[in-house]
Amino acid sequence: MREEILITTRANPKIDPNVAAWGWQVIADLFLVGLTAGALIFTAMVILGRKEENFGFTAKRLPLIGLISIGLAMTFLFLKLTHKIVFWRFFGAFVPTAVMSWGAWLLQLVILAILLLTLQGLRGGYPALARPVDKFRLGTWALDWAERYRRPVAWASVVLGVIIAFYTGTLMTSMDARPFASSGLMAPLFLTSGLATAAAVVLIGARAPEERLLFSRVLFGMVVFKVLLLALTLANLANGSQVQIESVQMVFGGEYTRLFWLFFVIPGLLVPLAIEAFGLRGKRASWMMISPVLVLYGAYMLRQLVVDIGQVSGYLSYVNTYNPALLDLLR
Amino acid sequence: MIRYAMVIDTKLCIGCGDCVVACKTENKVPAGLNRDWVVEATTGTYPNLKTEFRSERCNHCAKPTCLYACPTAATYRWEDTNIVLVDPNKCTGCGACIAACPYDARLIMNEGYVSKCTFCHHRVEQGLDPACVSSCPTRCMHFGVLDDPNSTVSKLLASREHKALLDETGNEPQVYFLT
Repeated sequence: MREEILITTRANPKIDPNVAAWGWQVIADLFLVGLTAGALIFTAMVILGRKEENFGFTAKRLPLIGLISIGLAMTFLFLKLTHKIVFWRFFGAFVPTAVMSWGAWLLQLVILAILLLTLQGLRGGYPALARPVDKFRLGTWALDWAERYRRPVAWASVVLGVIIAFYTGTLMTSMDARPFASSGLMAPLFLTSGLATAAAVVLIGARAPEERLLFSRVLFGMVVFKVLLLALTLANLANGSQVQIESVQMVFGGEYTRLFWLFFVIPGLLVPLAIEAFGLRGKRASWMMISPVLVLYGAYMLRQLVVDIGQVSGYLSYVNTYNPALLDLLR
Repeated sequence: MIRYAMVIDTKLCIGCGDCVVACKTENKVPAGLNRDWVVEATTGTYPNLKTEFRSERCNHCAKPTCLYACPTAATYRWEDTNIVLVDPNKCTGCGACIAACPYDARLIMNEGYVSKCTFCHHRVEQGLDPACVSSCPTRCMHFGVLDDPNSTVSKLLASREHKALLDETGNEPQVYFLT
């Protein structure tokens, strides 16, 4: 068999033997931004459909969860930076070719939108939180303003939700040097996953039967879409360039096979899909609460696998002969 | 854009690692980190194998994906050339450039910012070759302006068979290996 073996002593931390520059912080950030995107879209659609009374949790309580999520996401992103002292440089320039630069600016708009959606629902959804805000003239004005302009904000939120969910996937796609992550289907896959995540949160939090019924259907639909998009993504990679074909082999017999199928596809997609399919036929039993929890787990695992396999897959594969113990001899 | 290129003769390179030591000394690269490195590439079907040594580094691509991916413009081109540099005062350590580089040629300094080979632009500015080129004991490394047809690098590429690494990425790498 014709082979090429590349041996080097290069051993740069987080680069060798595989790139590991993006860790749990980026994965958590992608997951939480996806959840926020889903919250923006669902809340906005309920407002635009004038269904706030029937879907109280989605209209009035979900935005705060989205706001907390985006706050945590930003915190994790900050924690990821290895040179934190100049973090403000993200806002010192706009680089049109850099997807992350688009994200930095878009996230500011997303934070504003989810904040306004939170404020419009605060009096109805969280009266205990609204009372201290209402004690201040500025607070009252802000709550009134957000309630009055909730429909224009909702229109903007639908657009921003779709864009920011697409951004999380596009960020992966744009990294051409990471073949597994570089599929054009990542953006719709991450959007669908974000919607499924938000639907799962609604199912966990909502108590109104009508709201629970609708979102169990939405969740079922989103997981079906997710399975289809995932299958298409794998097919897309399997028909791609040589490095993409090699990268997808990591989940078909390679080192990530067990993790991908046993710890992601089955528990994070197929089991909730079966539960939700069962739930569509009749009353939603309490044990079925496991389904949205598994969807949340699956959404996190999706991002974990895309980021991890993306980084492991690459154009180069060096056999490293660097022995750090030799450095001790120099001391 | 002025294109600087490095041409390395794999028939002469013996993999001694002097280029690596010279780079570390010239640029004060901390222990355990490397801006350049030597690769021993063995290809073929046993027992018909062929080994070549390659002194590798950032390829200072004409179309650098790392530069395009940097969200803070910390990665930039030096004075309208293809020499790609990183400004530590702008680099947040987000890792976008690391993910975007198909050569994995970047490294994270202990201070947190990303660094890489600079083609020793501070020496190039003074009309000198990069430290790795100057120190090579077999004179297998050459450096110069590719756009000048009379430069050593242009003449070598015109007269010898050569390759660049991962040409298929479309990055247009500017480190060439004579084969």
